[in-house]
Amino acid sequence: MEINKRIYLDNATTTRVDDEVIKEMELYYREIYGVPSSIFSHKDGLIAKESVEKVRDLISKKLNKKEGEIVFTSGGTEGNNLIIKGVAYKLQEKGKHIITSPIEHLSVLNVVKNLEREGFEVSYVPVDDYGFVKIDELKKLIKKDTILISIQHVNQEVGTIQNIEEIGKIAKENGVLFHTDSSLGFPYFDVDLEKMNIDFLTITPHKFHGPKGVGAVYIRDLNKIKPIMHGGYNEFNLRPGTENVPLIMGFGKAVEIFKKEDVSKIERLKKYLLAKIVKEIEDIRINSPTEKSHPGILNITFYYIEGESIVLRMDMLGVSLITGSACFSKSLEASHVLLAMGLTHEIAHGSIRFSLSKYNEKDEIDYVIESLKDTVKILRDLSPLKKEN
Amino acid sequence: MSLPYSKKVIELFLNPKNVGEIENPDGVATEGSPACGDMVTVYLKVDKESLKIVDVKFKSFGCASNIATASIVTEMVKGKTLEEAKNITWKEVVEEVGGLPPVKIHCSVLAVDALQAAIINYEEKMGIQKEKEPTDENLIRKRLRHVIDPNTGKEIIGSNVVKKIDVKDGVINIILDMDRDNQFANSIKEEIIEKLKYRWDIKEVNVNFER
Repeated sequence: MEINKRIYLDNATTTRVDDEVIKEMELYYREIYGVPSSIFSHKDGLIAKESVEKVRDLISKKLNKKEGEIVFTSGGTEGNNLIIKGVAYKLQEKGKHIITSPIEHLSVLNVVKNLEREGFEVSYVPVDDYGFVKIDELKKLIKKDTILISIQHVNQEVGTIQNIEEIGKIAKENGVLFHTDSSLGFPYFDVDLEKMNIDFLTITPHKFHGPKGVGAVYIRDLNKIKPIMHGGYNEFNLRPGTENVPLIMGFGKAVEIFKKEDVSKIERLKKYLLAKIVKEIEDIRINSPTEKSHPGILNITFYYIEGESIVLRMDMLGVSLITGSACFSKSLEASHVLLAMGLTHEIAHGSIRFSLSKYNEKDEIDYVIESLKDTVKILRDLSPLKKEN
Repeated sequence: MSLPYSKKVIELFLNPKNVGEIENPDGVATEGSPACGDMVTVYLKVDKESLKIVDVKFKSFGCASNIATASIVTEMVKGKTLEEAKNITWKEVVEEVGGLPPVKIHCSVLAVDALQAAIINYEEKMGIQKEKEPTDENLIRKRLRHVIDPNTGKEIIGSNVVKKIDVKDGVINIILDMDRDNQFANSIKEEIIEKLKYRWDIKEVNVNFER
């Protein structure tokens, strides 16, 4: 199969950049290539500044920002690093306790792990078998010296959407700052900084047809955070480095053109895919929650067989997928998300994540189902766990 | 760029040889890898006179490397005597499939271990059983030669990842020359514990990191 005929169902990893976004970025590479830090020197800098501020305003409006600042970063990983380390180092006199969940992205988990080695204390709120944070447990974990709660908005592997408003409320009631990594949330779901009591937010456009290498964080109070990189005086003196104007403009365009109709389309495709799999393939487990899950993310375990084998065979048939199997991971450990949900190694071993975008079509899903049926059958014939009929 | 697998691995993954079960096998064993959750079952049919393996089949709950190496191991031992089969090493298996990425070497160890376990199963059934060996440093070293460091694809004794082994009153303490933040630290630790904790004279296995 030609590369352009491939069926890409890995959109929770990253997405195709929309043509309109590319057009917008091209303008800022070829014609308006000054940077905002040159506003006192020349007009090119001024135009760049105005353009970047327009994007900042657009994002602020979408998030219902009333106070605080939007700061551009290089993406979700930098955003999470900046917020968690920046707050921890700034507020360590006040307390050294941080609360997070065990199903966060590694750019949260490995950051808090490192802080632990530096003397901070980290508590993990348990999640239930569909990945929902146990709210009562969260309340119990809050202590006098808790400085930050960092709980993701939407899970990257199973798509579970957390009750951010409720968590924000608990944080506020207890006088603890609240960060949410919304890399897979915004703008699929409305994020209202005021209603949800969000003090810090991480977002990135490459999950919704914007460019990679750019992101933004929201910071309610700049006095509660310290820079983690040092250099020039860009981005409210919090994030040095020449502003990446073309990527920021692409970010803005992706936000601007994002349509709720596309979300409905993805949702319909996911429902169709799920119904077909349930009908056509036996011995499966649906790991994504039915309600309150990302419209484009579906995680399913095919019992008795291993995920990398499924992914590899599907790849040869022209379909791009990923698995939570240990064989597939860079650390040889099964998906930390599925294990934290209390699922066994065997379930993680045969788990597959399908993630859809507006560019997928129904006939592609039909092809995926057919290929999947064959693949699962071939591999089950090989498996010592599958009993002969 | 192509997949990180040799042509031979892909070929055997897509069309594995000797797949299936043997009814009333003379020897059978299932081995699982704690490193990744893979599982292989090997079935043997042995000629009692010549002690040659006349038939061998396998089933795999594993990844591509696992399926490919299990397939090649069964091909390599068919027609060989049990003693010859016992001497097959994972290094030979890896060579035979045209190499594996370092992070996948442990899959070949699993296939060889399952074969060895099936042979032992046959020997035990036939009463060719050995006395229970005590778990001393030598035995531990021998066993740990079956644990692969996925960073390098080399076994942890030969590549000096194991810094210290201490065994006393049923408690094994092992220190690894490795950073505990290494991405494979946990996986290696679990595999070492798995290899030793079921020994008849062992109560506890502790693995610590030097850095």
